[in-house]
Amino acid sequence: MSVVKIKIESLYKIFGANPKMVMEHVKNGVGKDELLAKYSHVLGLQDINLNVQEKSIQVIMGLSGSGKSTLIRHINRLIEPTAGKITVEDQDVMAYDKNALRNFRREKTAMVFQRFALMPHMTVIKNVSLGLDMQGIKSEETKEKASLWIEKVGLSGYEEKYPQHLSGGMQQRVGLARALTNDADILLMDEAFSALDPLIRKDMQDILLELQSELHKTVVFITHDLDEALKIGDRITILKDGKMDQDDLPADILLNPKTDYVKKFVEDVNRSRVLKAKHIMQKLNGEDISKAIKVNENDFIEKFIDRVVEEKPEMIVVQDKQNKNVGCISSKRLSEILKK
Amino acid sequence: MDFLDSFPVMEQQELRDFKKGIDLAFRTFARTYGDAIESFFEPLLFFLVWLEKLLINSPWPIIILVLASLAWIASRSIVLVIGTIISFLMIGYFGMWKDTMSTVAIITVATLVCLAAGIPMGILMARSNRAQATLLPVLDMMQTIPSFVYLIPILMLLGIGKVPGLIAVCIYAIPPIIRLTNLGIREVDKEALEAIDSFGATTWQRLTKVQIPLALPTIFAGINQTIMMALAMVVIASMIGVRGLGVPILRAISNQYLALGLMNGLAIVALAIIFDRISQHYGKRIQKHREGRNL
Repeated sequence: MSVVKIKIESLYKIFGANPKMVMEHVKNGVGKDELLAKYSHVLGLQDINLNVQEKSIQVIMGLSGSGKSTLIRHINRLIEPTAGKITVEDQDVMAYDKNALRNFRREKTAMVFQRFALMPHMTVIKNVSLGLDMQGIKSEETKEKASLWIEKVGLSGYEEKYPQHLSGGMQQRVGLARALTNDADILLMDEAFSALDPLIRKDMQDILLELQSELHKTVVFITHDLDEALKIGDRITILKDGKMDQDDLPADILLNPKTDYVKKFVEDVNRSRVLKAKHIMQKLNGEDISKAIKVNENDFIEKFIDRVVEEKPEMIVVQDKQNKNVGCISSKRLSEILKK
Repeated sequence: MDFLDSFPVMEQQELRDFKKGIDLAFRTFARTYGDAIESFFEPLLFFLVWLEKLLINSPWPIIILVLASLAWIASRSIVLVIGTIISFLMIGYFGMWKDTMSTVAIITVATLVCLAAGIPMGILMARSNRAQATLLPVLDMMQTIPSFVYLIPILMLLGIGKVPGLIAVCIYAIPPIIRLTNLGIREVDKEALEAIDSFGATTWQRLTKVQIPLALPTIFAGINQTIMMALAMVVIASMIGVRGLGVPILRAISNQYLALGLMNGLAIVALAIIFDRISQHYGKRIQKHREGRNL
């Protein structure tokens, strides 16, 4: 079974002059609006409980002001919580002193920022080496590693350029390479692709997924874009007004929204484009699959829908990479899913 | 009605005693600690005298060559180099070489002292709001109090000479570098700081890798201002024994020598322009990354 890498337990964050004092009221059920009106404190996060599985991409999704950027900054304590506990690999992050926290940030986490946050006075290679620089690692080793990651994100030849000379998409590749060079297990991505054009964003998502398939990092990915969340998330948590609304598998978010808020969110999603065969397949129970068409588990519905329309099979068999049958989708179920 | 018509004034005698008391207290302080303070500045005096002698005793073509190459290294501008050479040739031709060298020496030392003391103070101010709240009014006072006024305690403490002159110049010239170092560091992009924090930077790494490099343009504006202020102050400082271009200007004022005053004044202007351009160009040149976008 999968291992929990990051565990967040009853996390609260209140912004204002005296958070500890108004914490009482929040625990007694005072809501966000009342807290602001009566006590002029802002309730940033409220009772967050989240387990991030090792080697998975955990998406945290919400609109602006939902507290998602605040939440991700708690994991490496760029923001200190008002109450709650964060555990990474069974270590209590809140208990770290200054030194331990610094080592934790150096060795365990790496962060990618929405507006890149590159160092304008450093060349691409210097930017990418930043994490290792902080650790005081020798420069030849640093240079070698940095060059490798620059190559992996497709920026070879730009090593000596300054960030200002690069386009937004290229700058974020630098940001990604900078985070990966650190060789940390945990990748924190705060709306990493939100500032990019749609086409470039898609490129970056593909790069991330490709890298993830070989690196198997634990990724916490913040986004306000549902399509992006569904595309890259192994699991999605929806945040609303600092509270968790639903924490589920992407397909479940789409097919079984638990609250009206999530329902409204997923209403307009083109399901055939975001659902993969494996999301909607059911277990094989000795059905007749002789006339079934075969699809890969990672294919989006969109990819095989034309064949279904043409050949009108009763049953679709879902296979994994090794062409082993792992499940099936009846055409009835498929049309139900697409009809909604 | 009496109360409204005449302002409640301190008794003449009391006021006199009050002022006398302050003067006496300070005089006692000066007598007790004057020598100690003076010996504290001994190394500075030594350096100043050494530099002045070096500048005056070196053959003039060498000095011009050094200044011209300095201008070239800092700015890579041939116009500035030619301007520097012509200015110094004219200064020498009109008989102001020695005074100009003295002024260059004291400006150099004063600027170095201001940077050595001012940049750390600016950093401290940027790091602590309390330090900023304390230092800002002091800096305001240093910049607005008439410079003749703070010459008085310096004179009482150290008498006439190079060191008191140097201190006077420094007091006048140090505020900009402190202010602008503080401002530059405070204005550094919060996101860059967050990024370097997220990679586990120490306070020192944060300062040297991000804050100071990103604040450099502002810090350089401060250095430039400090040099200009120091140049402006050398005339007044010559009243208390600083040699250089200020001395003939003072003489020109008291004797109404228009040409003498004008020539020495213009020499100061020439120095100001040369130093200003050199420091500005250098400040820009080390900011390679700010050059235009290519993509």
